[in-house]
Amino acid sequence: MTVLEIRDLSVSVTTEDGPKEILRGVNLTIRSGETHAIMGPNGSGKSTLAYSVAGHPKYHVTSGTVTLDGEDVLAMSVDERARAGLFLAMQYPVEVPGVTVSNFLRTAKTAIDGQAPKLRTWVKDVRVAMDELKMDPAFAERNVNEGFSGGEKKRHEVLQLELLRPKIAFLDETDSGLDVDALRVVSEGVNRAKAESDMGIALITHYTRILSYIKPDFVHVFVDGRIVESGGADLAHRLEAEGYDRFVSATA
Amino acid sequence: MPLLERSSRLTTPLPGASAHSHGMPFVPDQSRAERTSSYAVADFPIPHGREEEWRFTPVDRLGDLFRDEPTGLCLDWEEHLPAGVTISGITVEEWQRAGLPKPGDRAAAVAAAHSGGVGVIDIPAGTELTDPVRITLSGSEGQLVHGHLWLRVGDRARTTVVLGHTGHAAYSEVLSITAGDGADLTIVTIQEWDDSAIHLGEHDIVVGRDATVRHIAVTLGGQLVRLNTNATYAGPGGTFEGYGVYFADAGQHLEHRLFVDHDAPQCTSHVEYKGALQGESARSVWVGDVLIRARAEGTLTYEINRNLVLTEGAQADSVPNLEIETGQIRGAGHAAATGRFDDEQLFYLQARGIPEDEARRLVVRGFFADIIAKIPVAELQGHLTQAVERELARTAYAAPEK
Ligand SMILES: Nc1ncnc2c1ncn2[C@@H]1O[C@H](COP(=O)(O)OP(=O)(O)O)[C@@H](O)[C@H]1O
Ligand SMILES: [Mg+2]
Repeated sequence: MTVLEIRDLSVSVTTEDGPKEILRGVNLTIRSGETHAIMGPNGSGKSTLAYSVAGHPKYHVTSGTVTLDGEDVLAMSVDERARAGLFLAMQYPVEVPGVTVSNFLRTAKTAIDGQAPKLRTWVKDVRVAMDELKMDPAFAERNVNEGFSGGEKKRHEVLQLELLRPKIAFLDETDSGLDVDALRVVSEGVNRAKAESDMGIALITHYTRILSYIKPDFVHVFVDGRIVESGGADLAHRLEAEGYDRFVSATA
Repeated sequence: MPLLERSSRLTTPLPGASAHSHGMPFVPDQSRAERTSSYAVADFPIPHGREEEWRFTPVDRLGDLFRDEPTGLCLDWEEHLPAGVTISGITVEEWQRAGLPKPGDRAAAVAAAHSGGVGVIDIPAGTELTDPVRITLSGSEGQLVHGHLWLRVGDRARTTVVLGHTGHAAYSEVLSITAGDGADLTIVTIQEWDDSAIHLGEHDIVVGRDATVRHIAVTLGGQLVRLNTNATYAGPGGTFEGYGVYFADAGQHLEHRLFVDHDAPQCTSHVEYKGALQGESARSVWVGDVLIRARAEGTLTYEINRNLVLTEGAQADSVPNLEIETGQIRGAGHAAATGRFDDEQLFYLQARGIPEDEARRLVVRGFFADIIAKIPVAELQGHLTQAVERELARTAYAAPEK
């Protein structure tokens, strides 16, 4: 059983006009096997939360703590966090020219596990996972994210999720820009990964439609840098019907 | 007059400011066809640094190499010659009478005039070598040396020649390369000089009818290295491929200039150079000139230069020039891009558990891999991949703030 605890987390970014506070005291606890949907309007700070947990250097933690099974996540480097079991499926995955997907996946798997995967089973695992995500095998020899369509990038993120088996994963708008078929394929990938490793998930999304594929245990409404309301799956339906207006005006 | 003259200059003075900067089109003051070439040193005034062909080069460090006098010194020489390959010597005058391309700048004219004789490496017609010819030249104590080799590859001969450079010298060389009809030559020139060495080179290549010459330059060491590689065709159907890999770190100036002179019909050229830069004041220059003359109908040419800027403070200049004097060609293109090794790439790889130094290695190795794979000697590929990784590890780059 793994627990990620985010306590009173405040984060700012440096802008031309000085520091700008984006997160204002976020509290969130994610345990193994739990799926938390984090929903909120554009610009409310959802990606900032995910990047801050992953350790992106752009974001400065001004107060609060993040711990993974009691270990201080904020003291870890980006790669240490990943090796500790954290994963971020990015909203905008980065192109890495000259590095093939297959080389990248093997290097990442080796780093996470602390040893190279057994070649035969690894090649098969990759092939099966790609097949299930409806990715052309030719992708393995393409450069990471280079020239990938939006949907292909998202599949590639979920492919990594399946192969690297993190303990806690943030999925940042993994559903955006996907058509219905792709959404189903990607959601099934997430569900498979979860079933196999009992990971905890923070599913950042704008829309409720992914929630019919990936069932949340908890729904959090994220507005203006913090969680303003939490509830069960039914909260998502209310959000769909009512929008965020109620919360936005309440905090404005 | 050329029917079409397209040129551009691409420069990224401040990495990070823009990953792909497409500057104002650069129009050369004259056609490449009009540049001086001569045996006479006096035909080339001492460069002051504002000339088109010297404008990127720190000429103030090159005074000794422009001086019109012999030193009588030579580099240490180690050779591995497969059976059938011979080395002999001819005089400078004999070389001049052979009708090969003449020196194209002051340094080459000085080197050719004062080499004391030309070492001729002969690969006889029809020879097919599986084992490469290897010659390693090394300098000591920064001695000023003029050198001149002629690699003469007979008709239909197939071979790989590896020319290595190590140690500490101020070396000015001319390398004449003639590939006979139907020959297939891969020449690899490797610059692994000490940090203080200076190397000016002019490689003049004449590609025979239906011959293929692959020229691969790997430049890792030396404080100032400038290689001019010029290719011409002795008849139709020839192919010239020019590949290069360079890694400039703090204080290094690495310059590669190519000139492919398409003067015969139905010939092909492909030029592809990749460089990485790391450290304060690391500097690289790539100039790729291609001239398609009126009689070079059916030409197919492409040239590309890509640079990967690993740290702030490094500068890569990239100048492709294409002059086309006939519309009857198969194709002509060029591209240049200078990109920063950006923190987002590093973050992405690290976010998958890959430690920072390994992430950098992964990206740089991947960047160079396709060019290194062109070298037809497996052991050399491994050696160079490791050498590049050592370069990467050697210079301390500014670690990002934690
Ligand atoms: N580097 C930055 N400089 C200035 N503002 C930023 C920067 N990064 C993010 N922001 C701002 O922080 C807010 C939250 O952004 P983000 O976390 O991406 O929101 P969300 O993912 O919920 O749409 C937005 O107003 C965004 O403009
Ligand atoms: Mg976002």
